[in-house]
Amino acid sequence: MTLIDLANPSKFLSLTARVLPWLAAVTAIVLAIGLYQSATAPDDYQQGATVKIMFVHVPNAWLSMLVWGVMSLAALGTLVWRHPLADVAAKAAAPIGAAFTFLALVTGSLWGRPMWGTYWEWDARLTSVLILFLMYLGLIALWRAVEDPSRAARAAAVLTLVGAINLPIIKFSVDWWNTLHQPASVMRLGGPTLDRAFLVPLLMMAAAFSLLFVTLLLAAMRNEILRRRLRSLQMMQARAFSSEVDAGSREKTVPFGAA
Amino acid sequence: MSLGPYTSFIVASYALVTAVVLILIIAIAIDYRSLRQRLRELDQSGITRRSGRSAADLR
Repeated sequence: MTLIDLANPSKFLSLTARVLPWLAAVTAIVLAIGLYQSATAPDDYQQGATVKIMFVHVPNAWLSMLVWGVMSLAALGTLVWRHPLADVAAKAAAPIGAAFTFLALVTGSLWGRPMWGTYWEWDARLTSVLILFLMYLGLIALWRAVEDPSRAARAAAVLTLVGAINLPIIKFSVDWWNTLHQPASVMRLGGPTLDRAFLVPLLMMAAAFSLLFVTLLLAAMRNEILRRRLRSLQMMQARAFSSEVDAGSREKTVPFGAA
Repeated sequence: MSLGPYTSFIVASYALVTAVVLILIIAIAIDYRSLRQRLRELDQSGITRRSGRSAADLR
């Protein structure tokens, strides 16, 4: 099966039916390993056991941006190539991305209270991630507000591409401004500064959450394709019903006209 | 395993992540079952796809 074959929603459904159980199983295994490594990781010499929050906070924060990146690629697919599954992917990814962003914000807050002495600070990193979360909600609201999926897809694609400007702002906010949030310690030019004892469980959890995202995205895309199939069949049913009603009313009026 | 003085923050973080991920999984699964059910109902009422296949057919 080539990539172009996946443009056919029916072939995509058939592929997801085969792939999803395996993907879910691999996700569960990697997540179990990641959780075990997180639980057995040593305490940090400054933060103590609180460092364990990092193993759930950082993967969610990475994915909050990655999902918007995926949606931006899908937006290009909708506007430039008019790929039939591009807006399906973007629409399916938005609630998952919103959930990851929400988790990044709340777990960050729960980590911040014992470490910084505050749940929230209006610094550049925290504020730009909050804006990302609000953009996810706005996008979900837009899809729900416009009934015709193709019209909603184009408007959402433009909004997604405009919102992508926020991604480099989030990434480099800790370098451009003086923030309470620490600078990058894994994805940086000089290599990770994190000790191996923390880096290995963190990367394992990041892999687990990435697999979870792919699994949930495929399942949500399958649902979206079925929803569109349902919509078109319901419209077909409504058209059949209205033509029956029209035919019925014409039959009633014919004798009068003939007379 | 002792988590020190900030146990409640650590446990709350993991519990929240677990809850949100479970909600996502359950919501997607319920949505899927509901869509399949409605497609089966349409199929039983005689509405079929242009290809002639069953509405609930995942192909």
